[in-house]
Amino acid sequence: MTLSVGCRARPGKSRDNRTGSWRVFKPFFDHEKCSKCGTCQTLCPEGCVHENAEGFFDPDYTYCKGCGICAEECPKEAIAMNQEEK
Amino acid sequence: MAEQKKGCELFDSGHRACGGCGAALAARLVTQAAGTETIVVNSTGCMEVFSTPYPETAWKVPWIHSLFENASAVASGIEAALKKQGRKEKILIMAGDGATFDIGMICISGAFERGHDFTYICYDNEAYMNTGIQRSGATPYDASTTTSPPGSRSFGNKRPKKDMPAILAAHGAPYVATASIAYPADLRQKVEKAINTPGPCYVQVHVPCCTGWGFEGEQTIAIAKLAIETGLWVNFEMVDGKVTKVKKVVRKPVEDYLKTQKRFRHLFKPKRQDAEIATIQAIADRNAEKYGIDIQLKKE
Amino acid sequence: MMEITEGSHAVAEAVRLCRPQVVSAYPITPQTHIVEDLAAFVADGKLDAEYITVENEFSALSACIGASAAGSRTYSATTSQGLALMFEVCFNVAGMRLPIVMSIANRAMGAPLSIWNDMQDSISLRDAGWLQLYAEDNQEATDLHFIAYKVAEDPAVQLPAFVCFDGFILSHTYEPIDMISQEQVDRFLPKFSPAEKLDAKDPISFGMYATPEYYLEFRYEMDLAQKRAKEVIAKAGKEFGTMFGRDYSALIEGYMLEDAETAIIAMGSICGTTKDAVDEMRAAGKKVGLLKIRVFRPFPSEEIAKALSHVKRVAVLDKNISLGARGGATAIEVRDAMYGSTIPVKGYVLGLGGRDIRKKDIREIVALCEKGIGDQFYGLRKELI
Repeated sequence: MTLSVGCRARPGKSRDNRTGSWRVFKPFFDHEKCSKCGTCQTLCPEGCVHENAEGFFDPDYTYCKGCGICAEECPKEAIAMNQEEK
Repeated sequence: MAEQKKGCELFDSGHRACGGCGAALAARLVTQAAGTETIVVNSTGCMEVFSTPYPETAWKVPWIHSLFENASAVASGIEAALKKQGRKEKILIMAGDGATFDIGMICISGAFERGHDFTYICYDNEAYMNTGIQRSGATPYDASTTTSPPGSRSFGNKRPKKDMPAILAAHGAPYVATASIAYPADLRQKVEKAINTPGPCYVQVHVPCCTGWGFEGEQTIAIAKLAIETGLWVNFEMVDGKVTKVKKVVRKPVEDYLKTQKRFRHLFKPKRQDAEIATIQAIADRNAEKYGIDIQLKKE
Repeated sequence: MMEITEGSHAVAEAVRLCRPQVVSAYPITPQTHIVEDLAAFVADGKLDAEYITVENEFSALSACIGASAAGSRTYSATTSQGLALMFEVCFNVAGMRLPIVMSIANRAMGAPLSIWNDMQDSISLRDAGWLQLYAEDNQEATDLHFIAYKVAEDPAVQLPAFVCFDGFILSHTYEPIDMISQEQVDRFLPKFSPAEKLDAKDPISFGMYATPEYYLEFRYEMDLAQKRAKEVIAKAGKEFGTMFGRDYSALIEGYMLEDAETAIIAMGSICGTTKDAVDEMRAAGKKVGLLKIRVFRPFPSEEIAKALSHVKRVAVLDKNISLGARGGATAIEVRDAMYGSTIPVKGYVLGLGGRDIRKKDIREIVALCEKGIGDQFYGLRKELI
């Protein structure tokens, strides 16, 4: 890797840092209960909740830190936080 | 200029914020609202540190960090350069409360007085968080920080929050607003309004900090809501110095908010401090009166 | 075109010809005339720039950071207390590799407060990574601005530059100046086109933070850039000479140095006085010469050692002092350049806070140096101490 001039970088490299490894609790999204409101996606500080083709939402476990905001704020209680298995 | 693309993710995953970080969510929501044709000036602090450890950057818009106190001056220079080059990108400053209320005061005052066209977003987590939770001019009354710790001679921070919105409105800022990550649509709307209002505009965003305030990360949004519901944080807009819109609430007692956070724990344990809680309630009551936030319930 | 003009006015005109797009201005004696002139140029449409009247010098240089990072050539001027207030920002600019050029009308540092000339201000920032050019007279003060922008913006350098000239002695003195024309400047100094800038078309994060795994290498790269600057200065200076008749390729210049027994080393306006004193001493049969340092950063160590290899003794004049060390910065760095040589190097701290230096002072210093007396303050008023 060549050093940049003056400590600069172009976008993308933060994705090398797989923050999913931080998790203690892991969210599970129950699409049966989901109303597709998108609150989970809006409120995720990692921006790692993504809409799938059917309009339901899923977390990207590579980056999900397991903070639990999505579970706490889901109006349908469709997200459960379970202990991460090591 | 290329067309402004809004609503896309311009703050990438892989950043190193604590799980549940309010400021990280603010960075996402604000840049979503601002769009691709935005240059971000970030002061030193949590947001800058968790988003840009070389060579990893989470920013997908042009971004610059210079020093702790000078984001407004740097933004002034960018604005001048863009003017001369005939470019239309918008300038967005993102600075914490320490950088804004304290060390950055001189630069902010100068830049607002000169009337540069930029939007200043203060992400207010009410202390110097990146250095380990020290008191700032934005720290609320009686909050515990490492430089305003409670003890046998102290109940924590001795001063109320500095009224930054009023100070900047007094500088002639055409649009000043407060917002919260608890209400993302409202936050996005205010950011857009600020960006589209010519001149120096200010939006102060409440971002609860689980690490600094002492609560579980999943509660970040809930606590942000409680701050508003108790009247300790008021969401409002000021246009040309006059309050035009206020978020009204059915008010809850401040205790409901205070007891959720370790930084106010000393007001309840080992002994309940009624006088202090009453003082804080009075602050909320004053806010309520000043801004007219109480929803008048019809009597049966 | 020849004109007789005040130093500050000449500098302002030179800056105008460099076509900065953003000028940030804060007043401080004795550079204020420069920023006033630039304001008048902008108001009269003679300079097409955004002029920011900042609220302090810290913001002045910070605004330059924003402008430069966004791709505009930018400028500010300061001195003394103002430069000291910019201390933090100076390190930031150099580390961010932004080619900002700043005029320094050298002035003493307070306390005690002094508005008069010495070089403590810019010398005290010699570690920051800025190129430092020192003018002997107002012609050099003028020309060095063109050179500074060209060198600073060179992709091999990408470092900011101070153009230093003595406050009042040069800034407020009228001298004949040959001012090159706009067309000539445009041929010498191309438009500023940085490879990387703040631009939504190519988003880059500027000013990230560096962990211990990277910081050392970033600083090393800056040091390499300083070293490369020597060649870039030589090239630009030679080109200037070819185009306009005044060659600035040398970092140092000898005056009557080739067969000198005593070499006087000096920087800035004191060189003019020293040259006259050298002429007088030569007429009286003394083999004296001057080694003028025009570029202090990067410091021309090898060049100095080579130029002094034949002399019997060296007298270094410093209008600054590193309090607690053995003399001023120039003496210390010259001694370092001469390490391993047996030629005695004596330093003289003089002229601080605007104390006048006359030809007879130079003669006295040479006499002291010949007796092996030095490494002291020169010109103290004995009745006060």
